Amino acid sequence: MAIGLAHFLTVAAILFTIGVFGIFLNRKNVIVILMSVELMLLAVNINLVAFSAHLGDLMGQVFSLLVLTVAAAEAAIGLAILVVYYRNRGSIAVDDINTMKG
Amino acid sequence: MEHDGMSMWSTFAPALPEMVLAVISMGLLMLGVFFRHRTVELVNTLAVVGLAVVAVLVLMSGSGTVEAFGGVFVVDALARVMKLLVLFATAVAIIMSVQFLRWERIERFEYAVLMLLAALGMMVMISANGLIALYLGLELQSLALYVLAAMNRESGRSSEAGMKYFVLGALASGLMLYGASLIYGFAGATTYAAIAEALKGGENIGVIVGLVFLLAGLAFKISAVPFHMWTPDVYEGAPTPVTAFFSAAPKLAAMAVILRVLYEAFPGVSDQWRQVVVFMAIASMLLAAFAGVVQKNIKRLLAYSSIGHMGFALIGVAAGGPEGLRATVFYLIIYLLLTIGTFAIVIAMRRDGRAVEEIEDFAGLASTNPGMAFGLGAMMFALAGIPWLAGFFAKYFVLVAAIRADLVVLAIIGVLASVVAAFYYLRVVKVMYFDEPKGAVSAMPFELKLVATLSVVFALAYVIWPQPIVQMAQAAIRPLIQ
Repeated sequence: MAIGLAHFLTVAAILFTIGVFGIFLNRKNVIVILMSVELMLLAVNINLVAFSAHLGDLMGQVFSLLVLTVAAAEAAIGLAILVVYYRNRGSIAVDDINTMKG
Repeated sequence: MEHDGMSMWSTFAPALPEMVLAVISMGLLMLGVFFRHRTVELVNTLAVVGLAVVAVLVLMSGSGTVEAFGGVFVVDALARVMKLLVLFATAVAIIMSVQFLRWERIERFEYAVLMLLAALGMMVMISANGLIALYLGLELQSLALYVLAAMNRESGRSSEAGMKYFVLGALASGLMLYGASLIYGFAGATTYAAIAEALKGGENIGVIVGLVFLLAGLAFKISAVPFHMWTPDVYEGAPTPVTAFFSAAPKLAAMAVILRVLYEAFPGVSDQWRQVVVFMAIASMLLAAFAGVVQKNIKRLLAYSSIGHMGFALIGVAAGGPEGLRATVFYLIIYLLLTIGTFAIVIAMRRDGRAVEEIEDFAGLASTNPGMAFGLGAMMFALAGIPWLAGFFAKYFVLVAAIRADLVVLAIIGVLASVVAAFYYLRVVKVMYFDEPKGAVSAMPFELKLVATLSVVFALAYVIWPQPIVQMAQAAIRPLIQ
């Protein structure tokens, strides 16, 4: 069986869903949320590269390289905020992020 | 090289204001790092001057539509008007922050630099003419805003606000990006014009799904229901001038993006996205009206207020046509000017060196600080949309546009929601004017007083000379209705 566009899209969709659920169902640790965000962005990259190969259009690969760069910056900022938060609270458990109601 | 210097330059020239702003913000960062002592005032001043210079460059960018970088970047009337408003809001936010940061002892030169970078991101997303430029602009803006929310490093609430904003913002940009990848795959292009062209051959379910994801990401940025969860917490936790900035410039920029995406890339599937926009408008207005009633903190109240106002602005997007679009841009301009004035007063609200944020603590302000009470009261009436204050006209135009577009139910829900919302605005006035005084708050610093006074005068006297803002909104939407 040849691996076609649909297979790549399915894998990406599954990874993306795992990422989204990782953010919502995770009650333990903020680091897990950061990992879930990365998973979502990588799922998007699989999509982009698969479409790019399928369409024979380079724009998708350019897009995915830019996404990788931005994802790195995003992770850096997320970790920086996490460090500041930990210094104030002494904990990074998701359940503890509730000083303000909502 | 095929290109000589001149033609090379002409492809970059439309992005000159962005390039200048990028260089200014990096230069100020260097200045702050290398001259550690006493640079905060200098960086703040230079940042405001820099924003003014960039605004002049935007004004001098001629008229008509110019594209750059192979059509992924466009400068048209919508971009010019929105960029000027964003630059104005950023400059005012920096000016309003100076005293507050001193009070809270969080004076840092990075603050103004981050504001400039956020403004740069907004300018890029306003001018984006394709999904890639849109994503890059949006992320530059968001990353700067996450850090700004957590700016008060010593405060648990501020870092919690930054944390929540970051997590939910990253989720939203993930959703948006997934949508963008589907749109790219099924339409075969990333620029708006090419997407619109591809959709002429009939609608495509993949593109529609992608568009819904894209809209979800953008709805997060304007805090439209159901993507509003972050708003009250981030507004409450972030330093107040940062909250003022959040409620003004990014909303405007994201709304400009929504207008451009829907009316330039997806006019062919308007039946599909109109349902989504109508739903978000109704849900935002109703949720904001009812949840706002029980709020005790003025910053949370203003968060729900901004959710409701974005719902109203979305009515115009749903109505569409020259009238609806003009009403939306008009609404955004009025909202921007009112929200800045409101926050100028809220920032200045301090007693015994501490910020006063609970609405109960405003009790009797009318007898202790009559000027401030009058100002905040006027802003509350204007935001509630009491005739003939500025906020009334904003609501009036979107509702008329909705009725003309046969969205009568939407208009009726809008009126009902604004009646309920009036309750919580008026409660603030009642507390200030009819409750037992709790002691005076400190006097307002000059710059906050100036901003608040101008905003109050605008709110009260707008009716005398309404033309300029109507014309501005009219000019802004011209590229969308051709």
